[in-house]
Amino acid sequence: MVTLTLNGRVVEVDAPDDMPLLWVLRDTLRLTGTKFGCGLGQCGACTVHVNGQAMKTCQLPVRDVAGAEIKTIEGLSPDGSDPVQLAWVMEQVPQCGYCQSGQIMAAAALLDSDEKPTDEAIDVAMSDNICRCGTYNAIRRAIHRAADIRAGITATDGAGASGGDR
Amino acid sequence: MSENGKKPMMTRRTFVKVAGLAGTGLALGIGYKVMSGPGVPYTDAAFAPNPFLRIETDGSITVMVGKAEMGQGVATSLPMLVAEELEVPFERVAFAFAPAHPAYGAALGMQVTGGSTSIVEMWEVLREAGATAREMLREAAAQEWGVPAADVVMRDAMAHHPDGSTLAYADLAVAAASVAVPENVPLKDPSEFRIIGLPQPRLDVPQKTTGQAIFGVDAGPADARVAMVARCPVFGGSVRSFDATAALAMPGVQEVLEISSGVAVLADGYWPALKGRDALVVEWDEGEAAGLNDAEISRRLAAGIDEGGGVAAEHGAVEAATGGEAITEEYELPYLAHATMEPMNCTALVEDGRCTVWAATQFQNGPAMLGGGGARQVAAAAAGVSADDTVVHSTFLGGGFGRRAEKDFVQEAAEIAGRVEGAVRVMWSREDDMQHDFYRPASLHRLSATLDDAGNPAVWRHDMASQSILNRLLPEWMPGFVRNRTVMKNGVDPTSAEGASNQPYRVPNFRMTAATVEFPVPVGFWRSVGHTHSAFVVESFIDELAHAAGQDPYEYRRDLLAEHPRHLAVLNTVAEAADWGSEVPEGRARGIAVAESFGSYVAEVAEVSLGKDGRPRVHKVWCAVDCGVVVNPAIVRAQMESGIIFGLTAALYGKITIEDGRAVQSNFHDYEMVRMSEAPEMHVVLAPSGDGPGGVGEPGVPPIAPAVTNALFALTGQRVRTLPIALG
Repeated sequence: MVTLTLNGRVVEVDAPDDMPLLWVLRDTLRLTGTKFGCGLGQCGACTVHVNGQAMKTCQLPVRDVAGAEIKTIEGLSPDGSDPVQLAWVMEQVPQCGYCQSGQIMAAAALLDSDEKPTDEAIDVAMSDNICRCGTYNAIRRAIHRAADIRAGITATDGAGASGGDR
Repeated sequence: MSENGKKPMMTRRTFVKVAGLAGTGLALGIGYKVMSGPGVPYTDAAFAPNPFLRIETDGSITVMVGKAEMGQGVATSLPMLVAEELEVPFERVAFAFAPAHPAYGAALGMQVTGGSTSIVEMWEVLREAGATAREMLREAAAQEWGVPAADVVMRDAMAHHPDGSTLAYADLAVAAASVAVPENVPLKDPSEFRIIGLPQPRLDVPQKTTGQAIFGVDAGPADARVAMVARCPVFGGSVRSFDATAALAMPGVQEVLEISSGVAVLADGYWPALKGRDALVVEWDEGEAAGLNDAEISRRLAAGIDEGGGVAAEHGAVEAATGGEAITEEYELPYLAHATMEPMNCTALVEDGRCTVWAATQFQNGPAMLGGGGARQVAAAAAGVSADDTVVHSTFLGGGFGRRAEKDFVQEAAEIAGRVEGAVRVMWSREDDMQHDFYRPASLHRLSATLDDAGNPAVWRHDMASQSILNRLLPEWMPGFVRNRTVMKNGVDPTSAEGASNQPYRVPNFRMTAATVEFPVPVGFWRSVGHTHSAFVVESFIDELAHAAGQDPYEYRRDLLAEHPRHLAVLNTVAEAADWGSEVPEGRARGIAVAESFGSYVAEVAEVSLGKDGRPRVHKVWCAVDCGVVVNPAIVRAQMESGIIFGLTAALYGKITIEDGRAVQSNFHDYEMVRMSEAPEMHVVLAPSGDGPGGVGEPGVPPIAPAVTNALFALTGQRVRTLPIALG
């Protein structure tokens, strides 16, 4: 039995203590927003926040996060209103969408530690997360936009127009 | 063709258009009654005039999407087509995934998403579906008001009376359902479009930012058990014997059973299933492929070219023609894995003679005689029930790229579910996914040309060899001579030769041949299929000829494309966008390439340098695309960027090595992907010609590899003729 704080609630998990947190989330607790991509810490699809840090969970034994505060995509905001999520919608980032929970959690952790990241800082923070659809440039735009939203700079153009077609 | 034994109503070219496998213009309509047949959930929607649209009395408007949403945007672009003609604001429209059913298919009820055909196939069908519903609603309003239908204006999900009063579609839905389905409804002139052509926000984006979107791996009963299958690492091998003792001793493991593809371990989650499978002891019969390796494959491909392949296209007289000294080069491309972010998986439940499947699939429905059919037919056969008693619930796809047009993962889930109690979720590890793919075929190409006095090609010969993708999909009972006169003309798989047999450059004497050399390596459709190799080879070779002729690679292409205005237009557009010929920053160089695929024309310019590690670094890519009609410009741009990253990944890293009959690479550490830090700046220019719609999911891929390698030649003088790029 492992106790952890998940999205603000204390939960007790009955799982083998070597089970990676990813499978505790998906199979035991049935929070399926966090995705399985590689099982080898190579792709970032399973990224969540552990004590505020972005961490890949597919090789992270649940015993190692006993007592930790875990935040998943389901806990980032109750209604998709986190600045990162808003920016993701404004920039129309997702294509297939499978990697995006991990991308969003990685981006949110980056902005928590660096409120106005440079392109270089984004490269460093986000290169653990693979997007096979190649949404990287949209992700970069969205992170800059999320930084603006967090800083109280209001977005002026609407959703969907990534290329100024209107 | 009807799955429920009833003959479909033959009407006009109603809502299901059969494009025909070989371009036959056969048109077949399937009426609404089929919608309530076995395998299709009954709809009690107030107004459902065709399989694609449901309007409720509460005002909700739902477009049924029969295509697979794998990121390319069909869950938005297809509803846009309906909404445009239906005269409803796009924000009022919702989408739902349609069931597996021939009503959503084209030829032979094939409900497939591939070949970048969704808009091409549905462009008229869905606009007609919307227009038909609009006319029925108009007639209902006219009857309600007692005015001629022609006096009723349809706009904003309302009928407007000449006196200014209105009736909402919600209030007309019931009455409209009793109106006779009209024939030959008028479609809007493109100048009247209010939805098509604008960057409408994607309908699937909000749920893809909150973790709520349901992919295959998330779908199905919560109590489904997880099955992982041990498969022979050697292609085509089989189980000789196995010992399940240790596996069954693992906590959480419940059952072990042999199935047609290997040995399945059932457990109460992924982790115990994986550990159970690790503990399983299997002795494999490795079969004929055990000694196969890359060197042998290369040798046999070369032998295939030497022996001579079938002629795919020919004009002039390549043998008799003369010219200067021949320029002859060879190009070689490796097997490639799809590596969708969501590894293969499928959930199935078989009970009371019925099979229910939850799957992320590109191929829901199709005739069983063609490669076993779609997911529905394959699941039915594997579970031992009829297709009529089989339901396929489609989910979002965590990437497709052609991999999910296969049904092996569906077969496994239905087979296991048919033999055990309760629902079963077959999960593939990343290693399973990479080592049991249907790979982009490896290919070898020998090109030879002579130039005339002006430096233009006088002779162009292209001889290639590869495995065939289509051979496997044709019915086994089809005799060879039928095969070779229909799909495999002259023994040439058209998906091997595409883009090379119809290369666009003006050459008076031309011949392209393709030899089919079979290996036990499974091959399949990989985003842009034959164009993945053809564009690399053709666009590299034309670059070599330009260099031999001492001409600028852009100007050389331009002059030889005079008879291909759409190629020429995107080539000129991208050259202008990139300011081709202008000064490039120190240490960088540019390359250019153009290719048509799936009805769309794409030209790309890449600007590259060499990093400190000697590896190529792509800084900028310009892209011009003519996809005929732009339904959603934001989606077209996103697909071009997506194709560029996908093609760049293949150019820089993509290679599946075959050793001892198995795939060597296993995960992203040895099958690398372009990541954020390597993603180039991309500038996409939309240059639609106004011709019929072409695809956008794939055509961004083919030009990027040659654009990059041509740039590397301009930078280093080193010509890259083998992918992935390895500079000496």
